[in-house]
Amino acid sequence: MKLFREILFPLIAVLAAFLIGGIFVLAIGDSPIVTYRLLIGSAFSWPDGIGYTLFYATPLIFTGLAVMVAFRCGLLNIGAEGQLYVAAFATAWVGITFAHLSAWILLPLVCLAAILAGGVWGAIPGVLKARFGSHEVINTIMLNFVAVALVSYFTQYHYKTPGDPILQTTVIGQGAHIPRLGRFIPGLPERIPLNLAFIFALIACALVYVFLWKTKWGYEIRATGANPSAAEYGGISVRKQIILAMAVSGGLAGMVGINEVLGYRYRYYDGFSANYGFTGIAVALLGRNHPVGVLLAALLFGVLIRGGIFVDAFTNHVSKDLVDVLQGVVILFVAAEALFRGPFSRFGLLKRAKV
Amino acid sequence: MLELRNITKRFGDVVANDGVNIKVASGTIHAIVGENGAGKSTAMRIAYGFYTADSGEILIDGTERSIKTPHDAIALGVGMVHQHFMLVEPMTVAENIVLGAEPGGALSLDLNQAGSEIRSLSEEFKLAVNPNATIEGLSVGQQQRVELLKALYRHARLLVLDEPTAVLSPQEVEEFFAILRRMRDQGKTIVIITHKLSEVLAISDDVTVMRDGRVVGVVKTSETNAAQLAKLMVGREVLLRIEKPEAKPAGPVLNVSDVSVKGRDGTPRVDKVSFEVRAGEIVGIAGIEGNGQTELIEALSGLIPGSHISGKVRFLGQDITRLDARRRKELGIAHVPEDRHRRGLLLDFDLAENSILGVHYRKPAVHGFGSVMLNQSGILKRAEQVIRDFDVRPPNPALPARALSGGNQQKLIIGREFDLNPKLLLVSQPTRGVDIGAIEFIHSKLVALRDAGCAVLLVSAELEEVTALSDRLLIIHQGKIAGEVDPRKTSVEEIGLLMTRGHL
Repeated sequence: MKLFREILFPLIAVLAAFLIGGIFVLAIGDSPIVTYRLLIGSAFSWPDGIGYTLFYATPLIFTGLAVMVAFRCGLLNIGAEGQLYVAAFATAWVGITFAHLSAWILLPLVCLAAILAGGVWGAIPGVLKARFGSHEVINTIMLNFVAVALVSYFTQYHYKTPGDPILQTTVIGQGAHIPRLGRFIPGLPERIPLNLAFIFALIACALVYVFLWKTKWGYEIRATGANPSAAEYGGISVRKQIILAMAVSGGLAGMVGINEVLGYRYRYYDGFSANYGFTGIAVALLGRNHPVGVLLAALLFGVLIRGGIFVDAFTNHVSKDLVDVLQGVVILFVAAEALFRGPFSRFGLLKRAKV
Repeated sequence: MLELRNITKRFGDVVANDGVNIKVASGTIHAIVGENGAGKSTAMRIAYGFYTADSGEILIDGTERSIKTPHDAIALGVGMVHQHFMLVEPMTVAENIVLGAEPGGALSLDLNQAGSEIRSLSEEFKLAVNPNATIEGLSVGQQQRVELLKALYRHARLLVLDEPTAVLSPQEVEEFFAILRRMRDQGKTIVIITHKLSEVLAISDDVTVMRDGRVVGVVKTSETNAAQLAKLMVGREVLLRIEKPEAKPAGPVLNVSDVSVKGRDGTPRVDKVSFEVRAGEIVGIAGIEGNGQTELIEALSGLIPGSHISGKVRFLGQDITRLDARRRKELGIAHVPEDRHRRGLLLDFDLAENSILGVHYRKPAVHGFGSVMLNQSGILKRAEQVIRDFDVRPPNPALPARALSGGNQQKLIIGREFDLNPKLLLVSQPTRGVDIGAIEFIHSKLVALRDAGCAVLLVSAELEEVTALSDRLLIIHQGKIAGEVDPRKTSVEEIGLLMTRGHL
């Protein structure tokens, strides 16, 4: 019964979004059926459609997980965007600076750099909240601006290839590349940037599940999110949990850097993130703050991003903004439900207003 | 005046009211008693338009009326005072009273007329409420009178009071009852919902007893007694007195000397308190709520940081003033918190997960390398044991704690803490909002724990409970110990004076 509800509401939200999106399409002057067939068809074609859909979903799985871990501790991490920028740059920096090392050493090093840099950047608002009680929403938003400006500066003035008109760093060492999945899957060409990071994302889903529900640390984080006073009574240090949850959250967001830098561009490219961090909030919400839900929601958003490109190109009037409409309506429905009922009502705006 | 006929109300699968008939005669005080979940509040909320009945009729003055919202009820002269006051703290009495029925035009608010009306009502019933005072400056008893005025201002002829005495001191209860009698004598009708039998006998004219959503008895107060009412409420004979053998106290377990505690906001709450609790005795602390009991217990259990505490707390000779909650629990100090929803439970977690709160990081809750992984079978075993030993119903460890009744939630917490085999138990309001059957059970468990050699420090707002259970009784007033009395020899008057004045 509970499971049924958990699945039913997001499903209704998605269907409703498609219905309302269809009305928009009709009003603009195209056929919803043709448009949707194009959207879905282009996302599920083999190999390009599926390959790209999964590639687009990869960063959203990481950021969705990041937001949900913070959510489970009662925190709203709006800073995944900043965390993934810092992490991606740090990954590239390690990949460039230690380019001469062999893959056996370099690869773990760059992956670690992504996770650690994101984790540290995420832990900062955690520490600020635990130590001074300043609200994580404000601090994570502010740190997004700091992060974007900081990495832009370093790229522009210190790590750019001289003469390159594009704002990007030099390439990372060969040893820091992770293979594209095309190398292992017959029929999937290697030009499609779907890479090992997608497998990491699946593993991350499983690990996050085990961490939150099967370890004492996860118990403490969830207890803190469910009722900080009771957690305190149970001998749990709420401050420690806040810092830990934010660090783990940031680390997960940072793993976007693995997909972007190590598996796709092999360098830091300024402004690469298509709002992955913010979309992660939507993914977590639609996925009902569960790793399986996050995975499914990220895949749906991957479909929309991929399909949107084709809708843009091959319909007469509808642009890829349709995707934003669909995403928006999905969130609206999910949020409306989450605001008023369900285990996440405490993240609702009504509750927030009281803080 | 008011008659409910054949009222039935379902919430999902639960039948809250099953063919309920209640008849309240005009100009009387009518008590509705029953355990938690008996359906007494539901029935009255239907009369007040908070809920609509699935079937049945409501008659006011003999005519059938449709009451769909509280507005309908108020228009018909029915008012209700809730257990939790609905007052806006920073606003004045007059502003609160007119709220929702503001006099004057759309852009003007005429409080003068309202003020004089309130003043005359206040004088008529001797409520002594100043319409210009702000709510935050008023005592709980005064706030309650503001709630009464709110109903009277709206010309209520029938007043429904939901557990009105829960927040009052014994003296305040007396005053409050005097007000109710005055109101009755001037022609008002009063329905009082309660589970305290002594109050029913003291104030009411008629009693309706409810159990499991049904009316199981209608009696004249003058023709009944506490034992009969309790039997009707629970459905079996109930021990109203706690049977306990003489305490055999051994050596001191808890030693509190000159302890002062500041609240989280830095204001002093407990002022140089010293006492001792020995193994095998129950020491009670009585006092009106908000006199430092909460802070004292939280300081002893380690929930208030050491920096807010001065003086010394010793446990079996060891100084524990600076230890955190986890370390204290490991030493053998268990704690049943006063507010089970805020402190004691993770309401969205299941019973199994709740049964390990506080010991979730050590065996048997964890296993494996570095004791990191939760041991699901170990947790389940522990939960099942607590559920069995403390008769938690329904006995399903996979249910969320939210799904349990208050009494069963409390039994789960007490079971969890008792299972630690504590040397010292700090227990606050163990039976608040718990029904009579469970109260009896919890009391016998507390006495059994004492007899097993545990030191028990008990804080309770229920005077009957704290005098009946304690072997020694301390009274706290404004953060100070106002005195110690022998619970076997003391009187309600003596305790009441110490609670309200701080001296005899």
